[in-house]
Amino acid sequence: MASSIRVRATSNGDITEVQALIQHPMDTGLVKDSKGEVIPAHFIQQLKFECNGKDVFIADWGTAVSKDPYVKFSFKGAKKGDELKISWTDNKGGSDTTTAKIA
Amino acid sequence: MTTTTGPHPTRRLILQGAASVALLGLGNLPFGAISALAAANDKYPDEAFKLKNEADAIKALYGKTVEPSDKVKLDAPEIAENGGVVPISVTTTLDKVTSISFFVAENPFALAASYKIPDGTLPSIANRLKMAKTTNVTAIVEADGKLYSATKEVKVTVGGCGG
Repeated sequence: MASSIRVRATSNGDITEVQALIQHPMDTGLVKDSKGEVIPAHFIQQLKFECNGKDVFIADWGTAVSKDPYVKFSFKGAKKGDELKISWTDNKGGSDTTTAKIA
Repeated sequence: MTTTTGPHPTRRLILQGAASVALLGLGNLPFGAISALAAANDKYPDEAFKLKNEADAIKALYGKTVEPSDKVKLDAPEIAENGGVVPISVTTTLDKVTSISFFVAENPFALAASYKIPDGTLPSIANRLKMAKTTNVTAIVEADGKLYSATKEVKVTVGGCGG
C-alpha cells in the first residue's frame, strides 16, 4: 500500500523547508453519517519529524485539524541528501512511518 | 539489568503531580519549574485537547498567563468559505521559541493543534484547521518561558463540523 504520508523537503543551504500532506479522515466523533449514526472519533494525535537522530518538529493534534492534514515548517542543521523520518500515531493505535531524502 | 527505555518512575510521578496541580487551578509553582517540566514532557496532552473552553485549555496546556504581542504574526483568511479547511499560519520574530499552539475559541474543543519547536527549528508554521463557526483564532507562542499571543476573527460561511 502506498504510504499515507507525502512529504517534500527542500534545502536552500542552511534552511530545510518541509511540507507534509497525510491521508487521514480526522473524524471528530461529533458528525453523524447518512444513517444518523455517529462516526467515531478517528484522528492523528502525534506527528513527528526526525532528522539525523534528532526530533526537529513534533505536532500534537486534536480533532480540529482538517481532514488529510497539511503542515509546513522549516529547520536548520540538515543538508541535501540527509534523511528525514516522518511518523504519526492516531487515537485508535494506527500509525505510519516514511522517510524522505532532503532535496 | 536496568532498562534504558521508558521514563524513570520518579519523573513520571513528578509529571503527574504537575498535571493535577494545573487541573485543580492551584498553579502556584514558579514559572521556571513548570516550563522545565513541560519541555521534558513530550507526551500527548490528552487532557488539554478534551477541554471545551479556550481559557481552560490554555491553563491545562501551559498553566500560565498569556500576553498579546505584535511580534506574533497570525495569518488567517478574513472569510473562510469552507470551515472544514481553513489555512492558518503563524510566524514570529521572538527568540527562543519552544512551542506554538492554535486555539479556535468556539469550536467544540478549543485546542486545535500544539507544535513543539526544538532548537534549530524556525518558529514558523502553516497548517489547516476546522472551524465550527465564525469565531476567533488564537496562536500562542511560548518563547523563553513566556507566552505571547495573536488573535484574529475568521468569518465562516459553512461550518466544518456537521453534515
